[in-house]
Amino acid sequence: MIPEIGYGALIVTLVLAGWGSAAAAIGARQGRAALIESAQHAAVGVFVLVTACFALLVYAFLAFDFSLEYVASNTNLGTPFYYRITGVWGALEGSIILWTWMLALYTLLLILRHRENARDLYPWALSAMLGVIAFFVLVMTVPAPPFARLSPVPADGRGLNPLLEDTGMITHPVALYLGFTGFTVPFAFAIAALATGRLGDAWITLTRRWTIVAWYFLSLGLLIGGWWSYHVLGWGGYWAWDPVENAAFMPWLTGTAFLHSVMIQERRRMLKLWNVALVVLTFALTLFGTFLTRSGVIASVHAFTQGTIGAFFLGFLALVVLVAFTLLAARWDRLKAQGTVDSVISRESAFLLNNVLLVAAAFTVFFGTVFPLLSEAVRGVKVSVGAPFFNQVNVPLFLALVFLMGVGPLIAWRRASMENLTRNFLWPVLTGIAAAAIVWLLGVRSALAALALALTAFVTATVVLDLVRATRARRRMGESLLPALGGLVLRHNRRYGGFLVHLGVLVILVGVTGSHAWSVQTETTLQRGESAELAGYRFRFDGLAGSEESNHFKVSGTFTVTNGTATPIVLRPAKKFYPRDSAPIAYVDYRLGLKEDVYLVLGDFARDGSHATVKAQVNRLVSWIWIGGLVLTLGTLLAILPERRSGR
Amino acid sequence: MRTKRTKFLAGGVVIAAALAYMIYAGVTQSAVYFVTPSELTQAPVAGKAYRLGGMVVKGSLRWEPRTLDLAFAISDGKATVPVRHKGTPPDLFGEERGAVVEGSWTPDGYFKATTILAKHSEEYKAPHDEGQASPKELMKTLKGPGA
Repeated sequence: MIPEIGYGALIVTLVLAGWGSAAAAIGARQGRAALIESAQHAAVGVFVLVTACFALLVYAFLAFDFSLEYVASNTNLGTPFYYRITGVWGALEGSIILWTWMLALYTLLLILRHRENARDLYPWALSAMLGVIAFFVLVMTVPAPPFARLSPVPADGRGLNPLLEDTGMITHPVALYLGFTGFTVPFAFAIAALATGRLGDAWITLTRRWTIVAWYFLSLGLLIGGWWSYHVLGWGGYWAWDPVENAAFMPWLTGTAFLHSVMIQERRRMLKLWNVALVVLTFALTLFGTFLTRSGVIASVHAFTQGTIGAFFLGFLALVVLVAFTLLAARWDRLKAQGTVDSVISRESAFLLNNVLLVAAAFTVFFGTVFPLLSEAVRGVKVSVGAPFFNQVNVPLFLALVFLMGVGPLIAWRRASMENLTRNFLWPVLTGIAAAAIVWLLGVRSALAALALALTAFVTATVVLDLVRATRARRRMGESLLPALGGLVLRHNRRYGGFLVHLGVLVILVGVTGSHAWSVQTETTLQRGESAELAGYRFRFDGLAGSEESNHFKVSGTFTVTNGTATPIVLRPAKKFYPRDSAPIAYVDYRLGLKEDVYLVLGDFARDGSHATVKAQVNRLVSWIWIGGLVLTLGTLLAILPERRSGR
Repeated sequence: MRTKRTKFLAGGVVIAAALAYMIYAGVTQSAVYFVTPSELTQAPVAGKAYRLGGMVVKGSLRWEPRTLDLAFAISDGKATVPVRHKGTPPDLFGEERGAVVEGSWTPDGYFKATTILAKHSEEYKAPHDEGQASPKELMKTLKGPGA
């Protein structure tokens, strides 16, 4: 029964979404409130139906209904309870349904928030949202049906990909998709602004929080993905410039650019065209990312299935770009800037440069990712560029961006005088230089690492300087220290939330720098009782043990790790053998630390336990990447707090 | 007015030129050529970075845990290339399976692999193959000394 109910519900959803999208647009054009009302009802119906479909799929997973092909492919009788729920979005069809559900949820929130406060733009935005939903539901009815029937019904399913049986995989797709789908809201409002010709800062003010939330979830998704890669895949890294990581990183870069450029439009009425283009680009890149990962055009660890789905996404992508550019062309005259940049040394310029660099970074990532396709088309040979290319090109761009992160928030608008520059940047620059000197004295000989840390110190100093000055001003008004600081931060929560996010990014930068510059590793085969040494740690191999787990068999090696003073720690890296798979899956064991992580991966082993090959790594400062994620979270929360109106 | 415009224009040109140069240099330095064994044997260039894909030839796999020396041959049915690597073979690696290795051709007549790419596909196929121990069998041998 489930396949029929599910399929039927999807068809109704498709009709409702299509109707709602059309009705909202016609209603807006002809000023017919009844039609807009009807579109709203359709949107609510879409949400209810997609929720029902999603619940139905979850139920099918929990009930082991192997008459559904998707269930049979992604779970089996041994799959633990939690992973049966999260297995729902473990592969393509379920991901699309989760994605659609989030879009429907955002649409509902959009109705609740903006039905009253944005009468002109709202119906068009609603129409755009429902249009996007209609596309995703279409995908579910034709190329990626979650409710496809499997016949004959197998006795047991194939099971979830063991690599996905991890808490990181529960949260990573959810966060990432909330980010991806979140950018649909500012995109929908941009389309609304183009459609109505109201290209002032109304649409930007309305979508400010939406954009921050989408950006945050995308960042979180990327970070959790890195964490998953680090502690599950067992190669010791968290970012590999894999095409799929790049696919999520490109909209993050352009989204970050958009987050900054809107401030210029709000303040100086400039960059109207640029902002619309940026948000269209960001949305298009989220579609492109899905196309890239789901079409199998580029080989990647994530690239799953091949089929017609690639063509669907490419077609929709083309449609979106076409519609957006047609509208842009039609509104060309209204997109002219009212303000101009007065001086090269100004906040406008700093933001402009920030945008240029972010978009340039997105372009290089795009270029590197599709390079194999380009070279095959142009020269007939398949050539790829790997991590060295991305690092080489992007590191200078990112370091320049970090520098601007210090400059942008403090430099004067319009034209910065010499006095403004010395007042704001003398101390931070000196701090940066001092930091470089200190790390040099501490024995750091990597110029790149020293530069990264010096820039970190510089930006941190600008934030501290700003806080100290503003707090001091309040204290002169008679407030004591903590209320002064608290009041300041809450009153200007947007500014200080932004600062906190910047600090989070800096903390991540420290982690990335440390792990790149100072991590060490070795690979060796040890007899039982034999030890190896790495960076002051001794690893002793104490033997192998086998154990039967709920859905796999596990062979773990026991290693005692000592580093002179501390009490020894025991690490048990393992290999997991799943009955359905011919090859085992590595299970990493590690001890995380603020300074360094000890990280062991079991390689080959003798069946009698006499010897085992182990890859040992001492990864420096990696924990700061995850800590930076927490700081980023706090900063985002502060930034989206309701703004306090200045009552006086 | 004119000078301000010139400044911005000059800045843009400088950035674009720097970016173009970085991309160009990055591509030339890190380009990896995808080849099949037959393409490689036709015109091997020593020192050039290749990504070689094919099947691991049955009976060619030699793994020496003490020294971490791994040797095998990759074939596409028409030509066979001997490969050497330092390090544990990845989990999904084995004889008569597809493998992709990255590295370079040496004048000594073998392919020196720096990376063996373990492709984690979401669709696992072969349920069991002969070379791999079944979990049951593994448990039998391990339960004795270990647990």
